[in-house]
Amino acid sequence: MMHRKFLLRVVSKLLIPFILLFALYVQWHGDFGPGGGFQAGVIFASAFILYGLIYGLGTLRKALPSWLTRLLLSLGVLLYSGVGVVCMLMGSNFLDYYILSHTPNGGQHIGILLVEFGVGITVFAGIVTIFCAFAGRAAADVNPVDAPQIGPQTGGAGDD
Amino acid sequence: MNIEIITSDLLNVATLIIMGVTGIAIARIRNLFAVVMLSGIYSLMGATLYVILDAVDVAFTEAAVGAGASTVLMIGTLALTSDREKATPNTHTIKGLFVCTLIFAALVYGSIDMPLYGDPSAPIHHHVVPRYLNDSTDEIGLPNVVTSVLASYRGYDTMGETFVIFTAAVGVITLIGRTRRRRKSDSAGEPKS
Repeated sequence: MMHRKFLLRVVSKLLIPFILLFALYVQWHGDFGPGGGFQAGVIFASAFILYGLIYGLGTLRKALPSWLTRLLLSLGVLLYSGVGVVCMLMGSNFLDYYILSHTPNGGQHIGILLVEFGVGITVFAGIVTIFCAFAGRAAADVNPVDAPQIGPQTGGAGDD
Repeated sequence: MNIEIITSDLLNVATLIIMGVTGIAIARIRNLFAVVMLSGIYSLMGATLYVILDAVDVAFTEAAVGAGASTVLMIGTLALTSDREKATPNTHTIKGLFVCTLIFAALVYGSIDMPLYGDPSAPIHHHVVPRYLNDSTDEIGLPNVVTSVLASYRGYDTMGETFVIFTAAVGVITLIGRTRRRRKSDSAGEPKS
């Protein structure tokens, strides 16, 4: 099994860092070019999905345990609404970012960056969670004994 | 300028034809693996169409979600079910054709009242769009107007969308993420949702 997917393993190992880097670029550069939290979250998640497809669900879950994705899932939403609440506490309206800095545009910039980061975290965790749920269920149905070890099409690749 | 319009029109027509052919193929093919691949192609062509329409942000999302993530999820679903569609007997063909024609006619009738594509006097270009385009550089200070609208002017909507994704993931966890814990309750370790 190992040598059959040798090429895929090598290529994906080369690709994944660049996918992650591109996702970060899309995340933090969304206010100057196309992109933003949603797109960045999906691209970041796709790197982990690629990792899970090639190396198996068990290996993916070692790198990204389910408690972590669940934490991130709610953390992103909390960050988004938290920015709104902080705006309210500082004396402005909900999600009215002008108050966050001493210049109005600076406040808007901080608010938008934080809010987009919240979107990115939730989208990333959401996509990875949904993928792992489907892949884990498929693995459990195909082979209930080895269930946590294999991905959808990797057939026992997780144990090396 | 003229050449540009003709090229863009040609690209539009070609993309739409490919999308139409893909749609018909999806409806007719019974091998669901091929259907999933074709729907990925459909999403990619949709992304191309958005690029031609200068909606780069939407194209980005369509390519990432429609062609990337959802294709993988559909293949995951195929692993859970079967990869062949069951043949259904052709009993309601005439009735179905009638209903489809009726709905199509109603939609065409409804579209007659809509403003032409790209019409500068259309109501949608006169409500809040001039303010976004003219004042967002002063009010928000970002070069990308789309981000200004998404995250600041329409911050409530985007927050709602984020909650939708959160709810979707929570729903998937509740529905299919926890079944293995019951089945393998004796094995050590946390549930791998």
